[in-house]
Order: sequence, then C-alpha cells, then structure tokens
Amino acid sequence: MAKITLVEAINLALAHELAHDPAVVLLGEDIGPNGGVFRSTVGLQERFGEDRVLDTPLAESMIAGLAIGMAAMGLKPVAEIQFSGFIYPTVDQMINHAGRLRTRTRGRLSVPMVLRTPSGAGIHAPEHHSESNEALFAHMPGVRVVTPSSPRRAYGLLLAAIRDPDPVVFFEPTRLYRLHKQEVEDDGEALPLDTCFVLREGRDITLVSWGAMIHETLEAARVLAETGVEAEVIDLATLSPIDYETILESVARTGRLVVVHEAPRTAGLGGEILAEVAERAGYDLAAPPIRVTGYDVVTPLFKLEHEFMPSVNRIVAAARRVLEG
Amino acid sequence: MPSIVAHFDVPLVRCLDAEGRVVGDLPPLASDTETLRTIFRAMLRVRLFDTKAVALQRTGQLGTYASCLGHEALHVGIGSALRPEDAFFPTYREYGTQLWRGVKMSEILLFWGGDERGSAFAEQPHDFPWAVPIGTQTLHASGAALAFRLRHEARVALAIIGDGGTSQGDFYEALNAAGVWSLPAVFVVANNRWAISVPLAKQTAAQTLAQKAIAAGLPGVQVDGNDLLAVRSVLDDAIERARRGHGATLVEALTYRLSDHTTADDARRYRSKEEVDRAWAEEPLVRLRRFLTERGLWTEAEEKRWTERCQEEIEEAVRAYLATGKPSPADMFDYTFATLPVGLAAQRAEALAAVEAAPHG
Ligand SMILES: Cc1ncc(C[n+]2csc(CCOP(=O)(O)OP(=O)(O)O)c2C)c(N)n1
Ligand SMILES: [Mg+2]
Repeated sequence: MAKITLVEAINLALAHELAHDPAVVLLGEDIGPNGGVFRSTVGLQERFGEDRVLDTPLAESMIAGLAIGMAAMGLKPVAEIQFSGFIYPTVDQMINHAGRLRTRTRGRLSVPMVLRTPSGAGIHAPEHHSESNEALFAHMPGVRVVTPSSPRRAYGLLLAAIRDPDPVVFFEPTRLYRLHKQEVEDDGEALPLDTCFVLREGRDITLVSWGAMIHETLEAARVLAETGVEAEVIDLATLSPIDYETILESVARTGRLVVVHEAPRTAGLGGEILAEVAERAGYDLAAPPIRVTGYDVVTPLFKLEHEFMPSVNRIVAAARRVLEG
Repeated sequence: MPSIVAHFDVPLVRCLDAEGRVVGDLPPLASDTETLRTIFRAMLRVRLFDTKAVALQRTGQLGTYASCLGHEALHVGIGSALRPEDAFFPTYREYGTQLWRGVKMSEILLFWGGDERGSAFAEQPHDFPWAVPIGTQTLHASGAALAFRLRHEARVALAIIGDGGTSQGDFYEALNAAGVWSLPAVFVVANNRWAISVPLAKQTAAQTLAQKAIAAGLPGVQVDGNDLLAVRSVLDDAIERARRGHGATLVEALTYRLSDHTTADDARRYRSKEEVDRAWAEEPLVRLRRFLTERGLWTEAEEKRWTERCQEEIEEAVRAYLATGKPSPADMFDYTFATLPVGLAAQRAEALAAVEAAPHG
C-alpha cells in the first residue's frame, strides 16, 4: 500500500464517497478544473462530472445556504470553504439554520452537510489564511466540529462526517496537509465521531490537543520522556460534541492535565475542557490544570506566526509546572 | 401586452484601440500632455515594481504575492483621478493606485513579506489597507461615503472589486446603501475575466457586470479598462458626479489578469495559452505608449532613462524591505486595543519570556 499525505487522504475519502453514494455532491470555489487551491479535490470533477463536483460563484454565505437546501432535500453536500479565514459569512447560515432545522421541525427536516475548510497557521500564508476558529462553530448547538491530525484519521473522520445525518464542520490543518505520509487503506471504513484518540499512553500527565498542534504535543511528550516523565497524549479529534469520558478516565490516572490549542485562549475550547474536568473530576487533580494556547490577539501576519503558535518549549514548560504543582 | 415600466442602457466607453488609434471621443486629459506623461511613467513604474516583486517571491525573499500585471491603466487611472482627500478601498493588487497615493514600495513588500508594518502607510493617512476577504471593502467605501455626506465634506470614496467579488452579498448591499442615501461613492469592478480558476461565465449569467448597478438605482458604465484615456474619462465623470452630491456610479472595467492569480497559483491548469496570448495583444502600456510616441510626447530614450531610474528606486525599496528587522512579538499585543488590558499585558509578558527562553522556537 502506498503512503499518502493528509491532503491526499482527504481526496481519497471524497472520491470514495462520490463513487459509493450518488447523493454526495461537492461544491466550492476553484474545486473543479483547478482541483482546489490545496489540491484536495484534484481529478474529482474530471472523474465524477460537473454535476457531482461544482465550481460555485464566489460567495460563502451562498455556499453554506445552498448546502443546507440541498441537504434538506436529500443530497449530501460536501462544501469547501477555501480558507477558514473566509468562513465567517457562513456563520449566519450555520447557526441559524444548519444547527437548528432538525430541532425546529422536530426531525421532519435535517441537514446532512459537511463544511470542509483548511485552517491554522504555520505555512507562511498571507492575511486571513492562518486562522483557527473552531471554537466559533463548537459554540453552535446541533453542529458537529471535527479535525483530523493524521492521514488515516483524515480519511476515516471525513467518511464519518459525510455519512453523519447532521451538519459537520471539518477543519483540515494546512500545516499537516503534506507534513507526514501514512499508509491509508481505501476500505471505506469510517472512524467514530464520538471518541477521542489516545495517541500515546502515559501515567504521569495528560496532554490534550487536536489538529496541527498534535505534532508539537507529541514532540513535547517525547522531550518529557527524556527526563522520565510519561505523558499521555489525547487527540480530541471531535471538538463538538466532546468525548469527555476518555479525558476523565486519563486524568483519573494521571491527576494532571494540560490542554494545547492554536486558537486564542479566551473562550477557546481549552477553557471548556478545563471547566468540565474541574466540575466532574476536580478531586482527581493533583495540581491546577493549564492551557497552552495562541494569545488573545489578531492572528499575526507570518513573520510572527511562530511566536503566536504554542511551541514545544511552551508545552514542556507548562507540563513541568503542572508536574511540580 | 404588458407595458414596459423601466428601460435601461449600459454604455461602453473606449477612446483608443489596442494599437493606440483613436476610436472614440477623447477626454480633456488627452491634451494635458504633462499629466499624460506622468501617468504613463507611473504605469511603467508599477509594471517594473510588479516584475521585481514576483522575482523576489520566486527567489524566496517574499511570501505569496498577487501581481497586478495587465491592470496598470485601471489602477493608475484610479490613482490619478482621485484627490488626496478622497479615500480608496483596495482589494489586494492595486499597487498602481496605492503608489500614486503615497504608499511606498517597501510597505507593499513588507505586507507580502508577512510584516504588519506594511499596512502602517507612513505617507497615506486614510486609505484602507488591503482587503483580502472578497467583497467586504465595498461596504467600507459606502460607510466612508456616508460619513462624508453626513459631515458635508466634498470627498469621494472609491472601492475596487473583482469580477468574482460581484457574487458576494456585500457588493449588492454596498450598492444598495449608496443608492438609498445617494452617497458620494464610486465602485469599480475590475473585470479581469477570472476569479482564480473560475471564469466570468461561471460567476454570473448577466450580460454585463455594469448592469448590476441598475437594481440599486445607480448608473452602470462599462469601460475598456486597458485604455487609460477611457478609464479616466469615465472615472472623472463618476467622481465629479459623486463629489457634487449626485450619487454613486458603478464602473465595470474590462481588463485581463495576465499573471497567475497569485504566485501560489498556476493558471496553466485552467486557461489556455491562446487566450493569454490574445489578452497580451490588448495590454494597456502598448497603446498609451503608441499614442504618446506618435504625438512626439514620448521617446525610446526617455523610456530607457525612466526605466533605469525606476530600477534604482525599486532596488532601494527592496534593500529597505530586506533590511527591516523582524517585528517584536510585543507588536502582536500593542495594537490590539487603544490601551492594553491587564490580562493581555500578562500574555504579552508570557510571550516575550517564551521568546527569550527559546529564541528559535
Ligand atoms: C471571502 C473570500 N473567499 C475566498 C477567498 C479566496 N480568494 C482570494 S482571491 C479569489 C478570487 C477573486 O477573484 P476576483 O474577485 O475576480 O478578483 P481578482 O483576484 O481576479 O482580482 C478567491 C476566491 C477570499 N480571499 N475571500
Ligand atoms: Mg477577477
């Protein structure tokens, strides 16, 4: 089996669903002949035709709104927003309609759509191309939020997102698009959307992260191991709704918790996880838990992006503080 | 038979053809030889700057860059038509306008080099910085025009937007607001036929983009955007109309994106070489050069001298850009609010300490 990158795994999952489910339709800007600005839809229009892979006019609110209408009428639209910095016009459609149509119609109508978007900093991209805004969507009831951190999880989670009967916002970490290769079997096996993934087991401290930051978090765990500290690393993967059971079970063993994310700290998901753990397992904690996050600032242009993003050093330092506390 | 209750026309204005021959009424500017020469020099200057910026990106000295190749008549036309007190709302490739209005070459390079100081514009007080989210700037222009109206200032707000941008709701909202309040605004659509890989035919079923003005109660005019004289003729009228309080105009300028969308794009994936070759035959510098040369207003020797002067200026700007040190991490925090909140001050200290502890990550 050939090893493929995360972006190739996305392409593989899209092709799989297009081939196996006639209800699946892709739409977005530049996803047709151009194959997407990151090449995630390359070859798909050629292979499946212009009625399955649609280049749209340039309007994000339109894309989300169309997807809702298509989904409610029985299609499974997979819409691409070219960069997460351009996703904001979809917010009205996602919060006011995608997330509530099932509730308001008591299940008469539903919205099985996926909104895919590249996200995060670290690739020297221009203005608005480096945003991490998953918390915005995690705050929307009725909307699932998912982000993969490896080619295999990208394939399995995207299949699950497309098959899920409810709206899913799927953040693809641009920094990981081509960073690693992995063998991915095109077996159509979806991964569950309701569990975290334990990437590394450890008894001393629990590190929770997702998306591109998994990379730094695993590296921090390796550095900690050099001094005999065994960190457990959990990839949250499904950012809403969150599988707290896996996190609580881990914290019950380690008694120590650090959450790492690239998005700004205030009202970020790290605060949410710390609060839930404090409420449900506060007495399991041997020390106050800590967040390592982006700062509460406008995502800087790329000359300062590495000063903005949590570094391995910051994660290691935070872990040591929790271990000493 | 139903009666016709409304009827509309969309004029197309051209002055020079691709060879520089006169094909329409010439505006007064055509006989203002000194200004015309200044404008042509500015068009050459931005072409040379643009070429250098692409080369810098190709050699790893600049981030992704959006070229303005082919848009020089339109961009310099806008720059030269506006007054300094007017306000300009760009997208991301109107260097010809910006350079005319005081933005420095080194600032443009800093922006695309990932440095926010590029938008600080030392010598341009009120123009907006680059708007990368497609369409949003048109509303800012309407808002600025509303401010000018409410304060009885004889100023004009001009926004530019691409053909792709006309698909955004913001664009229609901006036109509508400008119509409702009869705002001193001008909206220019740079119809360069492509929105990255999406051709105009997939963007709209409308016959022209100029007619999108009509539903907002504004006049819409099409102009050959590669014809500097036509661009100025149409813009001078639209700006004058706005300044006199007679309301906004939508100008659709027909041009062509001769470059890739940005340096991160490869247009060969989606458009033919033949199409691009045809567009080169229409490019804006050739026809104005001919027009000037044939009237004895421009010579090859002059062009050579001017090119050398521009190259020196550009090299100087590149040196200034490359010599600009990395911004301080404190900059991320210091312009977030007018005064730094306590909590953010703590994060600022944390960030500086993190950099101190590990200067290289
Ligand atoms: C809201 C938004 N969506 C998507 C993008 C990505 N994008 C950047 S430029 C562009 C095409 C713009 O085409 P057009 O408006 O014709 O302007 P041009 O680049 O041709 O000057 C797209 C889709 C963006 N910048 N903003
Ligand atoms: Mg365009």
